[in-house]
Amino acid sequence: MIELAQVSKTFGTGQRQVHAVRDVSLSIEKGEIFGIIGFSGAGKSTLVRCINLLERPTAGTVTVDGKEMTALAPKELRQARKKIGMIFQHFNLMPSRTVFSNVAYPLRGSGLSKQEIADKVHKLLELVDIGDKAAFYPSQLSGGQKQRVAIARALANDPSVLLCDEATSALDPQTTKAILRLLKRLNEELGITIVIITHEMAVVKEVCNRVAVMEHGRVVEQGEVFSVFADPRQEITRNFIHTTSNLQKIEELIAEDSPVVRLQPGELIVRLSYVQRNVSEPLISTVSQKFNITLDIIFADVAIVQDAPIGGTVAIISGERQQITKAMEYLIEKNVGVEVIKDARAAY
Amino acid sequence: MQELLTNWFPNVMAKLPDFYAAIGDTLLMVVWSGIISFVLGLILGVLITVTRPGAILENRVVYRALDILISLFRSIPFIILLTWVMPVSRAIMGTAIYVRGAIVPLVFGAAPFFTRQVESALAELDPGLVEAALSMGSSPMEIIFRVYLKESVAAIARGTTITAISLLNLTAMAGVVGAGGLGDFAIRYGHDRNMTDVTNVTVFVLVILVCIMEWIGSQVVKKNTH
Repeated sequence: MIELAQVSKTFGTGQRQVHAVRDVSLSIEKGEIFGIIGFSGAGKSTLVRCINLLERPTAGTVTVDGKEMTALAPKELRQARKKIGMIFQHFNLMPSRTVFSNVAYPLRGSGLSKQEIADKVHKLLELVDIGDKAAFYPSQLSGGQKQRVAIARALANDPSVLLCDEATSALDPQTTKAILRLLKRLNEELGITIVIITHEMAVVKEVCNRVAVMEHGRVVEQGEVFSVFADPRQEITRNFIHTTSNLQKIEELIAEDSPVVRLQPGELIVRLSYVQRNVSEPLISTVSQKFNITLDIIFADVAIVQDAPIGGTVAIISGERQQITKAMEYLIEKNVGVEVIKDARAAY
Repeated sequence: MQELLTNWFPNVMAKLPDFYAAIGDTLLMVVWSGIISFVLGLILGVLITVTRPGAILENRVVYRALDILISLFRSIPFIILLTWVMPVSRAIMGTAIYVRGAIVPLVFGAAPFFTRQVESALAELDPGLVEAALSMGSSPMEIIFRVYLKESVAAIARGTTITAISLLNLTAMAGVVGAGGLGDFAIRYGHDRNMTDVTNVTVFVLVILVCIMEWIGSQVVKKNTH
């Protein structure tokens, strides 16, 4: 659906040259939700603008829906852009127009009659659940409602692709969730391909099928969201994943010598991580019954990513020494990552 | 009433027909040169905005040329401009004197000023709106009319008010080319012949005119701010 081949974008010349995007090749499939994550300045916003040529790449080709965007004449490019919707962090609604007129904006010159445009706008507003706000001005709406209007406007010409540039970054967590749910629903109902630019791993975890991680203008890692979460190859990817999980806090607690992590002789602290798709049994209770040991959970953080649990727990294990060893072997056999963080067995 | 006015403003009452003619001349000059300056300034203001580096119709040559030209005319004192553009006036209007002769210099004085007003009004526009319009496949012309101008009505109205008032100021100097008007009236009688009441009444009329302009401007701004 979207094919980026060796795309580079350089701003400025000479000493002040900035390489915003360097040699990026990506292939985004029809109907998928593709995430591009990176810290600010990583070049992700420039990269997404290279898809609809708001930024013309300095090198490489961009193909969307079979059309080579980089080779189109200005008029053809404008035609092609109508089939690529885009939404923005700050919504970019026109303040002097009502919600209705904002959504009707891209429909002028589309060959539809006034009545057809009105029908279509109302249908779009219903689709994004703000059918009652047609006569309002953007200044009268909340952030979430503004983004819904922006989505309706982006969908006006029935695009095959929707580009989301930090579309939830200006929203509170609850509104973010609601907008992500809406995007997912549109993806399922309309079959529209969605590209999401974000700096929040939670966003990727929530809705994306595949993800590309960007750093210094390059894509350093990409793949299925689950496998990237389960087995991150790059330091930066691990950093992003840690932002969504509190399983790393245990090290801080141990360093602070928190009472929560003080062990009795014979006990140990382990981090159990679910990194394979086939973990589904209720392992904790099974293990504790089977081997007659106690597992005291300090942290648990399990998220469902692409319909499989990912994450893990940090727990204090106590019990008979041999049984503990057997339990750990059993867990490893069940594809659970077992990591001993603090061990008080030696003192026993 | 008549008596009271004659008592208080003897010289004005004695020259009522001249006074009315002066008001008429001033309005004539403001309206004509205002309309022409508005259209010219709007076109040039848009042009300089869209040809600026990084803008939708980026064009370094046009941008630099306009920028220098506007600065040039903005830096010439109006009293000098009045005589300097006389040949142009003769070529376009057929005369360099009276109200007809004042229109050209007034346009030269007001249009560059209004161009800067339009430019700064359009610069206030959130660049995100232009980006959004581009992403929706709008052409440069559509962006000029449906985004830049449409979304800047209030800001342009503010600039128009300021320009209209400064234009009213400029007409006071137009007496130099024999254009008449309120300024000329006040200088000729109020100052030269020491008829203080003439000056006072003229000032009063000018204040009223400015108030009317500001009121109209604020109404347009109010209607277009949401």
